[in-house]
Amino acid sequence: MKISVQYYAILREQRGLSDEELEVSTQTVSELYATLKNKHRFSLDADSLRVAVNDEFVKWEQVLDNDDRVTFIPPVAGG
Amino acid sequence: MFFMIEENPLHPHELHDQLTNQACGGYASFEGWVRKQHNGRMVTGLEYEAHIELAKSEGIRVLKESSDLFDICDCACAHRIGKLELGEIAVWVGVSATHRDAAFAACRFIIDEVKQRLPIWKKEFFRGGNTNWVNCEKLSETNETEYGIQ
Repeated sequence: MKISVQYYAILREQRGLSDEELEVSTQTVSELYATLKNKHRFSLDADSLRVAVNDEFVKWEQVLDNDDRVTFIPPVAGG
Repeated sequence: MFFMIEENPLHPHELHDQLTNQACGGYASFEGWVRKQHNGRMVTGLEYEAHIELAKSEGIRVLKESSDLFDICDCACAHRIGKLELGEIAVWVGVSATHRDAAFAACRFIIDEVKQRLPIWKKEFFRGGNTNWVNCEKLSETNETEYGIQ
């Protein structure tokens, strides 16, 4: 299935782009991040991130669906 | 009630005017400013980045929570994104209420929740050319993220 991934802040810089489309098998967002972290050598562990799918915060156990838009949220620092 | 993510400089007086209400006897506001030092290092500027859709929805959620928790008339928040220079206003919070206690308490609640919950990121630019994503890199191990907030 096809999904898209959005990157922000330090993850955007480490990936070298803001978003990409990926062809993936059925899996959880946790498994997706583990694969991407290993592939792109992201410095942040999953336990320091939150994750959103289609602009809603979700749990890491959520299973991806076709056309999902996944956003990994690095530790925030507003204000 | 309004929440804004703004690319252009914030003008507190214009924002304040949207909260005026003759039924309210008090108004409290908070401004977070870009300051020139962090952990002993000289900061030359900041850049804020946001997931705009999520930041707006979570920002409105924070404002609604403050209205439920405190006896206030109205509340609002605006947050900058993009590159900011020293002294610029990064975030503004305003609360109007019948009495001051609720206005102060709600204002404090809103800025605290905004800093903890909204998907907004801050990159520091230091004198000499180094940079740091606050809370994301080991440079920030002290977790000191405050700007104009003590």
